[in-house]
Amino acid sequence: MVEMLTPLFVILCPLIAAPLILLLGKWPNIREGVAIAAGIATFSLVLSMINPILNSDVIRISFQTLLPGIEIGFKVDAFGMLFALTSSSLWILVTIYSIGYMRSLKEHAQTRFFFSFALAIFGALGIAMSTNLVTMFIFYEILTVSTYPLVIHDQTAEALSAGHKYFAYLLTSGCFFLFGVMLVYYLTGTTDFTNGGIAALEALNPAHKWTLIILFFCFLLGFLKAAWMPFHSWLPSAMVAPTPVSALLHAVAVVKAGVFGIVRIVCYIYGVDLMTSLGLGLALACIAGFTMIVSNLFAIAQDNLKRRLAYSTINQLSYILLGAALLTPDGVKGAMMHIPFHGYMKITLFLCAGAIMVATGKKNISEMAGIGKTMPVTMMAFSICALGMCGIPPAVGFISKWFLCTGAVEAAETISPVMIIFLFVLLIASLLDVVYFFPVIHTAFFKDPEGVVGEPKVKEAPPTVVIPLAITATFSVIFFLAFILRPVDVLAPYVDMLSMHIYDLVDIAIGNVFT
Amino acid sequence: MVLAEHFPVFVIVISMLAAFTILIAGKANKKAAFPIALVTIFIQLLLSLYILKRVLTEGTIHYWLGGWSPPWGIEYVIDTLNAFVLVVVLFMSFMCVIYSKRSIEQEQPRNIVLFYAVFQLLVTGLCGITITGDIFNLYVFLEISALAAYALIAVAGGRALKASYNYVIMGSLGACFFLLGAGFLYAVTGTLNMEDLSRILPPLYGNRAVQAAFVFFAVGLSIKVALFPLHVWQPDAYTYAPSVVSVIIATAMAKVSVYAFIRVIFSVFTVEFIESYVGIDVALCWIAAMGIIAGSVLAIMQTNLKRMLAYSSVAQIGYIVLGIGLAPMSAWGLVGAVAHILNHALMKGCLFMAAGAFIYKLGLRDIRDFEGLGKKMPYASFAFTIAAISMIGVPPCTGFASKLFLILASLQATETLPVSGYVFVAVLLTSTLLNLAYFWRVIDRIYFVKSEEGHGGGGGQETKKADVPLSMAIPMIILAVLCIVVGILWLTSLSSPFVGQVLADLGMGVLPQW
Repeated sequence: MVEMLTPLFVILCPLIAAPLILLLGKWPNIREGVAIAAGIATFSLVLSMINPILNSDVIRISFQTLLPGIEIGFKVDAFGMLFALTSSSLWILVTIYSIGYMRSLKEHAQTRFFFSFALAIFGALGIAMSTNLVTMFIFYEILTVSTYPLVIHDQTAEALSAGHKYFAYLLTSGCFFLFGVMLVYYLTGTTDFTNGGIAALEALNPAHKWTLIILFFCFLLGFLKAAWMPFHSWLPSAMVAPTPVSALLHAVAVVKAGVFGIVRIVCYIYGVDLMTSLGLGLALACIAGFTMIVSNLFAIAQDNLKRRLAYSTINQLSYILLGAALLTPDGVKGAMMHIPFHGYMKITLFLCAGAIMVATGKKNISEMAGIGKTMPVTMMAFSICALGMCGIPPAVGFISKWFLCTGAVEAAETISPVMIIFLFVLLIASLLDVVYFFPVIHTAFFKDPEGVVGEPKVKEAPPTVVIPLAITATFSVIFFLAFILRPVDVLAPYVDMLSMHIYDLVDIAIGNVFT
Repeated sequence: MVLAEHFPVFVIVISMLAAFTILIAGKANKKAAFPIALVTIFIQLLLSLYILKRVLTEGTIHYWLGGWSPPWGIEYVIDTLNAFVLVVVLFMSFMCVIYSKRSIEQEQPRNIVLFYAVFQLLVTGLCGITITGDIFNLYVFLEISALAAYALIAVAGGRALKASYNYVIMGSLGACFFLLGAGFLYAVTGTLNMEDLSRILPPLYGNRAVQAAFVFFAVGLSIKVALFPLHVWQPDAYTYAPSVVSVIIATAMAKVSVYAFIRVIFSVFTVEFIESYVGIDVALCWIAAMGIIAGSVLAIMQTNLKRMLAYSSVAQIGYIVLGIGLAPMSAWGLVGAVAHILNHALMKGCLFMAAGAFIYKLGLRDIRDFEGLGKKMPYASFAFTIAAISMIGVPPCTGFASKLFLILASLQATETLPVSGYVFVAVLLTSTLLNLAYFWRVIDRIYFVKSEEGHGGGGGQETKKADVPLSMAIPMIILAVLCIVVGILWLTSLSSPFVGQVLADLGMGVLPQW
């Protein structure tokens, strides 16, 4: 265990940037400069913590003891690091993207936008690094409240009602979360994330079985940010927000905070053994499986690109939940990998949707005929990541899905034969992914726009919009290549560095969970 | 330090003298009233801080008024709880005085001198209630502060007269009940000193008169704190009073009544009495739980901002009383109640100040007219938003800390009350959502909803800034910042020695450890 102040500095970067952004609202260039600088500073600080963690250490810093047994503090372990890396690295890119996007569309209230954005990142990073449930709850609520101004950014009646829905779902879920936290504290006297689960909680098992089961469902309801069905409808509604928000928050930070929390509960509060003996893995897997299939069916029906992506997000989040629910090393590994991988791929897709909106003003898939020729870079990036979503190389989605599938097979062998069903659920869901992503690619590249004669002119969005999405798409491929090239000794160090050591981190995290 | 020994009485005396000084000096020059009040309350605040420090380092202070020893003379007893309440009361009064200057000049230009004189009397009464160790003396101060409050509300004229009249009737009823209780105890024990009473009473707990006295106290003080369903006087009084009076009544005065409640239940009587003779604790919890829900629902139905805040106060008093009711079952209950005394004072003070600012500048009372206020009055809107978020209980604001303690208390209470404990948790969490419902609608209006005429709400046009004067903005902002700072303080271990001391003084033992 290492004591370091770095987690505090990581948190402070966005926190200090937020009021600065507010104060510098009159000078847009300086304001956005501050945002980018804060993003870079945050990311470098997060990176600087990677070495001790790769040595299987844990970085810890605590401030104050709140109640006996609960301290407010940060603990960065490999799993938290994964989430922190994902959100902080993407924040830089999305900030650059937002500048181009917001200015091109001449959006109003840009200061408020960047301010709330910084606060939301503050919340997300806090969640990633929190040491116990109480600290996590504090940041979880901050994240909820700070995203509200982003969701209702348009201030139209539609946006406002989406915002109300957002609050109604997420703050109600916060109540369940708080209840769960307090109950865990009351039952065990601690809420620390512990490798292999809290022992005192496990000791309650045969005597208080139902309490534990109810408690688990309280936590599931508490993490509605994971958008599992049937409590998902806030997420598609929240797509009225500007695209950078949908991209970073509703594909990465907010929803990942939900699944991150559930994985924390499964692996670090309950522990794999307790989950298995209570049979909760199967329950969670059923919820996740149901969500995967149904959300994909919903996605097929959407014509609005962002809404289709939203349902795809719901589906992919449940991949992560399913991985955790399998309770096998490979399953959890797939789940943990999918957090950064899905983050990079889905953000690319959203950024592409935004770029299309900036360049052409089109929101619906049916209007996008021939857009592949006018916006080649954007649509190439889109296609690569869409393929990745379906689990097809060269994007990285294939790898996490592979581990999820082997995890399902493992679960069938070790836990119960019933679990083999989820292998088929995974495969069917991937097939459905293809069903709704290919029409987009097909329309973009192979359909001719109506009423346009002659060779179309290339008309991309501004470079600040296109470059970030090209970068995220490239990284989606790099992660895949990294997995293949890692066994080569000569290349390994460079490859690991480029892929931000994601595979090492996942291995360490798996080692922690299955001690 | 011979002088320092007399600080407890100074707090009362200089306040009372200042009230008359204001009246006399005001006759000569109207402008003298404000500075005298300001300086007096500031000195009182410093004294109270010193007293708090002394209590924390040296233990309970006993002060014999005029040197008469207790059973005959009046004794001032200050332990951690009342030192703390005293600081809260004086701090809020200080904020109110700063705020009042411009606000009263506009609302009551002709009554400035009278206003400050009566205000100072109110502060005297509140400090007296807090500081005294004599139950009849407490009654006297209760009446002083109540009479001052009636006058302050009535000063607005119009509908405020009726509100004040209602308050007079209800308040007098409450005071009568309190007096009856004190009388019964005197008849049985022959003493009015609280410490004496607590020593003499235990063998007499079976006595019907003692039990009746307890119930009289409970009912009388319930009226005073506006506990649901005895709150009917409160919404009108808060709504129609001048802005600054709403602030002081809703914060300092309500809190002092709650303090009296705690004092009577836990110092004059004891937890054992409640547990074995009058099982009022569970009943209190249920009443409080109903109050929390009813107050919040009623608040949702209001369109007048101040009225909404008034009903919200009914709900918040429910939080405190719930904490008191849970105290015999879990020490966390009392921690929650004590913490919420401060927290609610900060939050509600800030909210009422912001509401007053909206009225001061633009004459807006109705929530539906608030579109685009965020642009027009950025400071007031900011303060309002922070305090409202704190009321909802978003961490790390103050409201979250109270909620945390109370939920913990309720969970611990499940050991004795298996079902009701969980009901209370549910009530607390539901009230969070109800708070969200009625506060967020205001915030939405202020910042996000575009008005029909197309101006404000971020339409991009230049809106004229018309923020409140500095003397009104500063207290608001201070309170808003404190909403966050104090919230964080509760969550740190800095507060735990203080909390432990309060519990020890009230004979509640120590916080449970796991």
